[in-house]
Amino acid sequence: MPADVQKLVRMANQIATFFDTQPGDTQAAEVAAHLKSFWEPRMLQALYAHVDAGGAGLSPLVLQAVGRLREPV
Amino acid sequence: MKDFIIPGLDGAPAFSDRDYGTPERHSQKMVTLTIDGFEVSVPEGTSVMRASNTLGITIPKLCATDNMEAWGSCRLCAVEIEGRRGTPASCTTPVTPGMVVHTQTAKLQKLRKGVMELYISDHPLDCLTCAANGDCELQDMAGAVGLRDVRYEAPADGGFQNHFLRKDASGAPNPEWLPKDDSNPYFTYDPAKCIVCSRCVRACEEVQGTFALTIEGRGFDSRVSAGMAGDTFLSSDCVSCGACVQACPTATLQEKSVIELGTPDRKVVTTCAYCGVGCSFEAEMKGDTVVRMTPWKHGKANRGHSCVKGRFAWGYATHKDRILDPMIRESINDPWEVVTWDEAITFAATKLRGIQAKYGVRAIGGITSSRCTNEETFLVQKMIRSVFGNNNTDTCARVCHSPTGYGLGRAFGTSAGTQDFDSVEHTDVVIVIGANPTDGHPVFASRLKKRLRQGAKLIVIDPRRIDLVRSAHIEASHHLPLRPGTNVAVVTALAHVIVTEGLYNEAFIRERCDWDEFLHYAEFVSQGRHSPEAIALLTGVDPQELRAAARLFARGGNGAIYYGLGVTEHSQGSTTVMGIANLAMLTGNIGRPGVGVNPLRGQNNVQGSCDMGSFPHELPGYRHVSQDTTREIFEKLWGAVLDKEPGLRIPNMLDAAVEGTFKGLYVQGEDILQSDPDTKHVSAGLAAMECVIVQDLFLNETANYAHVFLPGSTFLEKDGTFTNAERRINRVRRVMMPKNGYADWEVTMLLANAMGAGWTYTHPSQVMDEIAATTPTFAGVSYEFLEEKGSVQWPCNELHPEGTPIMHVDGFVRGKGRFIVTEYVATEERTGPRFPLLLTTGRILSQYNVGAQTRRTDNVAWHAEDRLEIHPHDAEVRGIKEGDWVRLASRAGETSLRALITDRVSPGVVYTTFHHPDTQANVITTDFSDWATNCPEYKVTAVQVALTNGPSDWQVDYGRQADLSRRILPAAE
Repeated sequence: MPADVQKLVRMANQIATFFDTQPGDTQAAEVAAHLKSFWEPRMLQALYAHVDAGGAGLSPLVLQAVGRLREPV
Repeated sequence: MKDFIIPGLDGAPAFSDRDYGTPERHSQKMVTLTIDGFEVSVPEGTSVMRASNTLGITIPKLCATDNMEAWGSCRLCAVEIEGRRGTPASCTTPVTPGMVVHTQTAKLQKLRKGVMELYISDHPLDCLTCAANGDCELQDMAGAVGLRDVRYEAPADGGFQNHFLRKDASGAPNPEWLPKDDSNPYFTYDPAKCIVCSRCVRACEEVQGTFALTIEGRGFDSRVSAGMAGDTFLSSDCVSCGACVQACPTATLQEKSVIELGTPDRKVVTTCAYCGVGCSFEAEMKGDTVVRMTPWKHGKANRGHSCVKGRFAWGYATHKDRILDPMIRESINDPWEVVTWDEAITFAATKLRGIQAKYGVRAIGGITSSRCTNEETFLVQKMIRSVFGNNNTDTCARVCHSPTGYGLGRAFGTSAGTQDFDSVEHTDVVIVIGANPTDGHPVFASRLKKRLRQGAKLIVIDPRRIDLVRSAHIEASHHLPLRPGTNVAVVTALAHVIVTEGLYNEAFIRERCDWDEFLHYAEFVSQGRHSPEAIALLTGVDPQELRAAARLFARGGNGAIYYGLGVTEHSQGSTTVMGIANLAMLTGNIGRPGVGVNPLRGQNNVQGSCDMGSFPHELPGYRHVSQDTTREIFEKLWGAVLDKEPGLRIPNMLDAAVEGTFKGLYVQGEDILQSDPDTKHVSAGLAAMECVIVQDLFLNETANYAHVFLPGSTFLEKDGTFTNAERRINRVRRVMMPKNGYADWEVTMLLANAMGAGWTYTHPSQVMDEIAATTPTFAGVSYEFLEEKGSVQWPCNELHPEGTPIMHVDGFVRGKGRFIVTEYVATEERTGPRFPLLLTTGRILSQYNVGAQTRRTDNVAWHAEDRLEIHPHDAEVRGIKEGDWVRLASRAGETSLRALITDRVSPGVVYTTFHHPDTQANVITTDFSDWATNCPEYKVTAVQVALTNGPSDWQVDYGRQADLSRRILPAAE
């Protein structure tokens, strides 16, 4: 995995790790909201591209969040 | 400067310089008395001297001054009180109801004259050539009491004792005469002029709290003495805050700048440009030359006190290294070419627009400065959003307090400290976590220490034994020396004890917080795995100490938490901030004086730069760029369409640069190459860009990779405002014209206009008006308002017309306070066989941040190099002795510096500062960062330390590259 993608994977997983510990059933929504609020579009695009390439290393919660983000609103 | 202003009478200014002689008392009970026939009412406990001053009647005095308690030694302030015998000292005599005081009678006149005659008999009469001439209270008092004659003279046969003659009348050396001590770079101590009033000693104790000075000897042998026998001022514990110099009524302690330049002729109130305390100063001027900076007694952050940086370290403003002309170059391998402003701005604007044409609108961005004013920061983000057309704006708060913004925003609903600095005067228990106030925020530390000496209790949570743990007349009740990286575990364990032992404030939580969230949180922290015993191995903290600390905080009265970058600069920085908010809510310590959550901000305007919309996701006033209604406010005023997607943060910009999608950067007053982590990654990012514009006072490290250099201006050269850690908006006032020709806001405007902005500001007050018009929390702020009030703490608007000293008084900004579960997650940065030690970083009193300013002052007398603190055990097993060169290596890089062996750090932990570019501590730090904000994890790096011969190859190469990069072509004639 290229270093830049590896870094995005780590950052996304860190966010998921936090929200995973929070109560309720909104964890995936929270991760999605966090990514949408703080990640610049090219970072999100790179993350989506990595998901499309198999999403190696990404936590299930990140994958769920990305799924939500990409749903047409 | 003499003062004939009578406060309270017509035409008197609100901010009088009058010295009331003794401190203000705050009793609700008023006492009425008569002084010289005039009736006056003052709070109970007030001295006769102060009461008299409130009437405008000045009683002669030498040992009294109103920022310290009365001492009663000079005997000059004697008064007569009807019905009392003798002539009591007015400074030590409290008022009583119906008291009738006479401050001027024949008896008093004679008495005072006699006292002054004795003083002057042991004082040299070289007034005309004395540095204090015109600013000497002894001289003033001799005049005030009508001293005309001194009858005591040295006898011709010698042997008569005095302190000021080098030789007696017989020509023999005077054993009582001592030479001047000019070891301190900023002031001198001349024992010959001392009248032993003890003001310096008391200032050191009461105001600064260092206790470096004492009076040695008794009676005629009494001498002011710094440190131990044989010490000079420089070698003693003196921290050079200058409180003693300010307190000295004679030329005994005198600023060297005054000795050189003479007395100032005007004073301008302004705000210090160093740390986040934001002290108010009077710049004392002659023409456009600063003679000295003295802390302003009406400054509400500092209450008349200062540290060595603010008072003395302003010489960088006129340092020869300052670059005053714009420079450009095509490639960073070329030497710099000096050009006109027009050429430089056109070059920069053309490059930036060219990059956007080629790589897209989002291929450029900028970094606002936390050292520049609110107005300047506002304009930089405005330029990026409305002229560059994207949200790629960030600020150095990214690398310091961004987790504070995120964490407090989630818990309370707003990103700011909850208190004013005065609040500490009402605190009973203080937790200091991840901060070293005596070095980083010295004036706040002095105010805290004063409260601790009055009996407040202290808990320190820090890997190092910082000075607050134990120093003169203060001692922490508990020091929890945790392993770097385990803040969340410790804070959660404190909550565990408070919840499981039933020490929480249920009434507060029920009223002010979401009860269901509390219940869930309580269940979480109550789990056995969060107990102090369960985490002891992980954190290295003694469970009994931790339990005792939790009990003390929960049950000790008003509890306040002060924290710094030791909290935020971690993978879990934001989580710890939320944990701190939890502790404050659990114990009901929010919404009144003496309590609260108080981030100690690093740079002078970190708070302001965050408020002003420097972050890529937030417009001014912490409103997300995705909010249509907020964008509309600015779009309408600015006449531009704003991007609704968040921009790149600093680390993301560098990543994108390395990837090739980010090509141009405007950096105002920041040195990211030295201050940001993982230097190699930063330099790779900068080197990959096609246009880096650096606006700074000096050719800083980042400028090694710049194509355009725009000279910046100092805080002395411009108007504006800074917002300190207590949300206080303070005026910065121009005392001299910009040596580079333009204030920084004007430079930004030149660049913006060259890119088509069409801005027409002629004064920063117009920018503040724009801020007020667009940002609800600043709605009531204007320069006129600040002129009248001195300063104001935001929110300042219709709801809070006088500003907001304390936040969340009747409820949280977000409504109900929110308890957030704080699970400890170990950082991925771990020790192992290759890197067995943990490095943590910090700062030192005499230097500031990357040192660009302080290294260009005489402050280098205290800290000429960064040192590596290492525990004796770790040093011994590596064969390292004090002062040895050691190689410090992490997986990111390596550097060399000299060792300082100390048990301040625990075994397994090493520590250094990052003030010197030769050391480049950040070549060691990694690219790990806070999960929520990307704030870098400066405070935890796994390292190895070994003996070496000198600077590393990397340092040598870096130095060579820096030298090459700083070449400037000689101007063509």
